[in-house]
Amino acid sequence: MKIYLGIDVGSVSTSLVLADIDNRVLAFEYLWTRGQPIQVVQEGLRSLAPQIPPDAAIGGVGVTGSARNLIGVAVGADVVKNEITAHAIAADLVMPGVQTVLEIGGQDSKIIILRHGVVVDFAMNTVCAAGTGSFLDHQAARLGIPIEDFGALALKSNNPVHIAGRCSVFAESDMVHKQQMGYSIEDIIAGLCDALVRNYLNNVGKGKEILSPVVFQGGVAANVGIKAAFEKALELEAIVPEHYHVMGALGAAILARFSMESKIESSFRGFALSELQFEAGTFTCDGCPNICEIVNLSLDGELLARWGGRCGKWEELIVQSQNILPL
Amino acid sequence: MKVAFGHMGTLTPIMEMILEDLGHEAITPNRPTRQTLALGAKHAPEFACIPFKIVLGTYLECLKLGADTLVSGGGYGPCRAGLYGELHRRILKDLGYEFDFIFFWPPLKKPFHFYKQLHKLKGHHSWVYLWRIIKKAYSKLAVLDDLEMMAQRIRPRELKHGSTSKGFEQAMDMMRQAKTGPEIASAGEEARALMQKVPFDDTRQPLKVGIIGEIYVQLEPFANYFLEEQLGHMGVEVRRSIYLTSYTRHDILSTRGDMGSRTLAMPYLAQKVGGHGQNSVGDIIRYAKNGYNGVIQLAPFSCIPEIVAKSLVPRLSKDYSIPVLTIFIDEQTGAAGIQTRLEAFVDLMDQRRSRSLLVGA
Repeated sequence: MKIYLGIDVGSVSTSLVLADIDNRVLAFEYLWTRGQPIQVVQEGLRSLAPQIPPDAAIGGVGVTGSARNLIGVAVGADVVKNEITAHAIAADLVMPGVQTVLEIGGQDSKIIILRHGVVVDFAMNTVCAAGTGSFLDHQAARLGIPIEDFGALALKSNNPVHIAGRCSVFAESDMVHKQQMGYSIEDIIAGLCDALVRNYLNNVGKGKEILSPVVFQGGVAANVGIKAAFEKALELEAIVPEHYHVMGALGAAILARFSMESKIESSFRGFALSELQFEAGTFTCDGCPNICEIVNLSLDGELLARWGGRCGKWEELIVQSQNILPL
Repeated sequence: MKVAFGHMGTLTPIMEMILEDLGHEAITPNRPTRQTLALGAKHAPEFACIPFKIVLGTYLECLKLGADTLVSGGGYGPCRAGLYGELHRRILKDLGYEFDFIFFWPPLKKPFHFYKQLHKLKGHHSWVYLWRIIKKAYSKLAVLDDLEMMAQRIRPRELKHGSTSKGFEQAMDMMRQAKTGPEIASAGEEARALMQKVPFDDTRQPLKVGIIGEIYVQLEPFANYFLEEQLGHMGVEVRRSIYLTSYTRHDILSTRGDMGSRTLAMPYLAQKVGGHGQNSVGDIIRYAKNGYNGVIQLAPFSCIPEIVAKSLVPRLSKDYSIPVLTIFIDEQTGAAGIQTRLEAFVDLMDQRRSRSLLVGA
């Protein structure tokens, strides 16, 4: 049986998914990236390896997320895709006919508009990360509430307070102020959920036609308070899929399966790569006024790939010396 | 005089030639880099837009190379560019630099002022001579525009990654060295021939994208993260709404702007809003009517004319069924974020074209 590996390496979390040919999730790992994308992927592969069904073999690998290029080279991916396309594909297969995807992750949030199974519009947060997972984590820690209970507390509120949600720093000041005025924690948390949803809809969702069915995914979809706030603001049901927090990786696995239709053999280096010694480094080329930042990736001391330059001279050096294709 | 000017795409070799023809020493600015931007951002007001900061950085670099005169120009109307010349002058004077500042308003709007400024630059040369070198400069500009369009067409079809950009750089060098009329004519032929030698596959059907928006971030590749090249390497053919020859015809030698796109914009935006805001609205319609797969709107962060245009994008996009991606740029913009959006936008156009979510997997 052929199964497919999808990896989503984000700024905050990294997820790995094994999916079968019917796009079912057989196993997944969800880890914190901690600024070490390669190590965390190796760690994930180590824990995934024993979960592979005995008769299964990896038929292809797809990588997405902000570290997709680096990890794509390191694992030998068959397809490297941006996270918008990966999330859209996963949502469409989990919820056929989906017209809106709300995705909120660790540091970014996006909205994807689909019609008849095709992405027609999208937006990502640009200047501000208020309302993403990192901020919610920070606030939960500050209030001494486990992040898992955060959303449920919001649902207990009867009277959410108004929190200024435009900027996360000011939102925090406003929350402190409301605490000092004596509002209950439940009302403050519910107010925060409303404020973050308002901020999302005014920024990322501005000018977008949000139609049902709406799928809400990404790590923050675990927060029932935010889900309820979305449903209140949109007056639509927000469907949270079972594997909401690994949808990017699931999308990457699905993309890997499709990419293998035109490929004979997967380029995957195998699970043994979790024991290899990868090293990534950068240097600045000052050969011309472009001042490019060149990324080097080496494997057991040998240069594996190089990218980041505009003129291609560094990429060519490696092709000449090792016959490895540049990105 | 040792004269310097801001760097804006392919305008640089033209400015260099005109100044040399007038007997000045041209302090030709280098292409802007991150250092240029950092230098400009350090001395600029925080909320000035990115063209202001890059050009300020360029001026500082040129003044350090010994420039004693700066030449610039600016629009007239709601866009802040009209204020920027004076602001640049004052910031640089406050930093202790001594220089002459020659600032051009659009000639037909302030003819007397324009004449006085031109007179300073012209020196003892006759008006007939000036007319001749301007005509020559325009002929060179026309070749440069032509070469750019060739590169935009060939890049998504090239057989070897990067060969178009390499050919284009060589062609630009050739043109930069051509200074007399006959030299320009023969270098133009050679440069075109060089571009035609770049091996490409003419059977490919690349996606076509129109680039619209503010002029500086459209024309200066550094300011837009080398958008044209990035898209070309993703297999997309681009066209810009502004090329230097069309800009000269519409916005310097006329006061009316590009009436084609302004007329198209009328039902949505019936007045000028500064910069190329109204054009951006009309250009979306024009690209949609010409069968383009999408439009990318480029604008400096906080650019009012383009913000006005952007507010009409959802309606235009719906009425003309064309996807539009707006990218606002400032010194905080991350290159990775732009790349992700471009990749996703290319996927989106590809999916629309083939009506399937799984294209290009």
